[in-house]
Amino acid sequence: MVDRTLYLRRKAINGAFLTLSAGAELFGLVWLGFILFELIVEGIGGLGPQVFTEMTPPPGSDGGLLNAIAGSIIMSALAVAAGTPIGILAGTYLAEYGRHGKLSFYIRFLNDILLSAPSIVIGIFIYEVLVRPMGRFSALAGAAALAVIVIPVVVRTTENMLLLVPGSLREAAIALGAPMSSVIRTVTWRAARAGIITGVLLAIARISGETAPLLFTALNNQFWSTNLTQPIASLPTIIFQFAMSPYEDWHRLAWAGALLITFAVLALSVVARVLEAQRKQG
Amino acid sequence: MADIALAHDFAETARATAMRRHGKGDSRFRALTFGAAILVVAIFLGVLIALLNGAWPAIKTFGFSFLWTEKWNPVTEKFGALAPIAGTLISSFLAMAIAVPVGIGIAIFLTELCPRPLKRPVGIAIELLAGIPSIIYGIWGLFVLAPYLQAHVQPWLIDAFADVPLLSALFAGPPYGIGMFTAALILSIMILPFISAVTRDVFETVPAMLKEAAYGLGCTTWEVMWRVVLPYARTGVVGGAMLALGRALGETMAVTFVIGNAHRLNPSLFAPGTSISATIANEFTEALGDLYVPALIELGLILFFITFLVLAAAQIMLYRLERRAGAR
Repeated sequence: MVDRTLYLRRKAINGAFLTLSAGAELFGLVWLGFILFELIVEGIGGLGPQVFTEMTPPPGSDGGLLNAIAGSIIMSALAVAAGTPIGILAGTYLAEYGRHGKLSFYIRFLNDILLSAPSIVIGIFIYEVLVRPMGRFSALAGAAALAVIVIPVVVRTTENMLLLVPGSLREAAIALGAPMSSVIRTVTWRAARAGIITGVLLAIARISGETAPLLFTALNNQFWSTNLTQPIASLPTIIFQFAMSPYEDWHRLAWAGALLITFAVLALSVVARVLEAQRKQG
Repeated sequence: MADIALAHDFAETARATAMRRHGKGDSRFRALTFGAAILVVAIFLGVLIALLNGAWPAIKTFGFSFLWTEKWNPVTEKFGALAPIAGTLISSFLAMAIAVPVGIGIAIFLTELCPRPLKRPVGIAIELLAGIPSIIYGIWGLFVLAPYLQAHVQPWLIDAFADVPLLSALFAGPPYGIGMFTAALILSIMILPFISAVTRDVFETVPAMLKEAAYGLGCTTWEVMWRVVLPYARTGVVGGAMLALGRALGETMAVTFVIGNAHRLNPSLFAPGTSISATIANEFTEALGDLYVPALIELGLILFFITFLVLAAAQIMLYRLERRAGAR
């Protein structure tokens, strides 16, 4: 006579925990659906051509988000232009020159810390080194804060992608008599190009929603400005300001801005993912 | 004869110049990459020095008592960091309490249960949660989640635990909607993908042989996960969780929207509170006086210090794991 109770109990426990883990998955998916649904429902109402053609309005009148969109684009472009070369070069050092060095270990470690460091602290850093000496908030300071966020992302992805390039490729180029710098520039960078671009796209996606480091570097601006030494508006800070306000029409614009950012970010990560898939196939 | 010698000489010099030029370009390029790498270190040290420098007046005035003083009064310039520090720690640990089991559950589902064709889309969907900017979580939390919790969840919890000794204090009314509980819930959703992604990666490094052996002995899926896979992957799971904790501690915008910004310690999770990052985000641009800004920067310094410890521990664990994977 075999005692079945132990088997039945194990089976029941197994079933219960597997159901729970499926439930966990559902938990995550439900939130994603909930957020995207509300974002579209609330955002579509405020989204119209005036969002892209008009400036941010005072409460109670019509307007758009043009100055905020422009500010975001200007600062992101500057941050990427400054941060990408530095990030790629530093990642190249870690992967090509100092792969096993003791110093590289520490640089890698500090870079990984910066990668996850609170972005508001980066804002304080830029406030101390740029805003205070200059005596005012500026677009330049905002771009610098974003650049500091771009660098670690690009360093990490560049290093990872260069490590994937087979050593035999480098050896072949070196055997042809090419100096190391040419090998890196014409062989390994080229082989890792798709991956490095993916890293840059991810960095752009990361900074386009960043708010905290802009609050006290670029500040905000209700008017059109392209002057880099003056405060400038950006989509995230405008969303923050408008959403925290008591005005209904500002709320609508905040939702429209939120929808814009989310779609920009999701589109960027889809493109990055497609590039990544191509790289894996090729 | 002389011509040949000349041509030979010429080739020699050309080669020598080329070598020299390449050599120079080579070392220049190397120096350039090295400089960029050192810049990363410089940024890190710069952050530390800027924070120390900016916070110095406050450090000098308040000393260590800054850490356990609850009072935060800009008018009399008396500042203490207890409420924000407590808020940051409580909201983050509460978020971890929700996100760690759920994140591991998601990883188990994706590695063991999910039908193959669904694996990729479902995995990507969870990763999308990580891609949504924190300001979006903030505006959604403020306008959608908080009112919903206020109307449907919080009153029910307050009623349910009204007669339970300890829990009645934790879930004490009135239901504001915004507060510590809402902040922690949003944080948990935000860090969920970090935990599940790392956990899933680590699960995949578990040798198939180990799992197959356990299945061969007649273990159920649950027993294989709990007794074989999880112990094997422990370091990685803890590392991933610490990484997520580091994110939660420093998360600013989502928390700022929903935590309520009250510099008070309150046993109830439904009461408005504040966190380090929310305090800085809300008050920095409006701060006047000789001590207000330094006090806020000192808060930033404390935050940087806490996240550094957590992230450093996470990195060390993950590096160790990488080395083990590399050694195999």
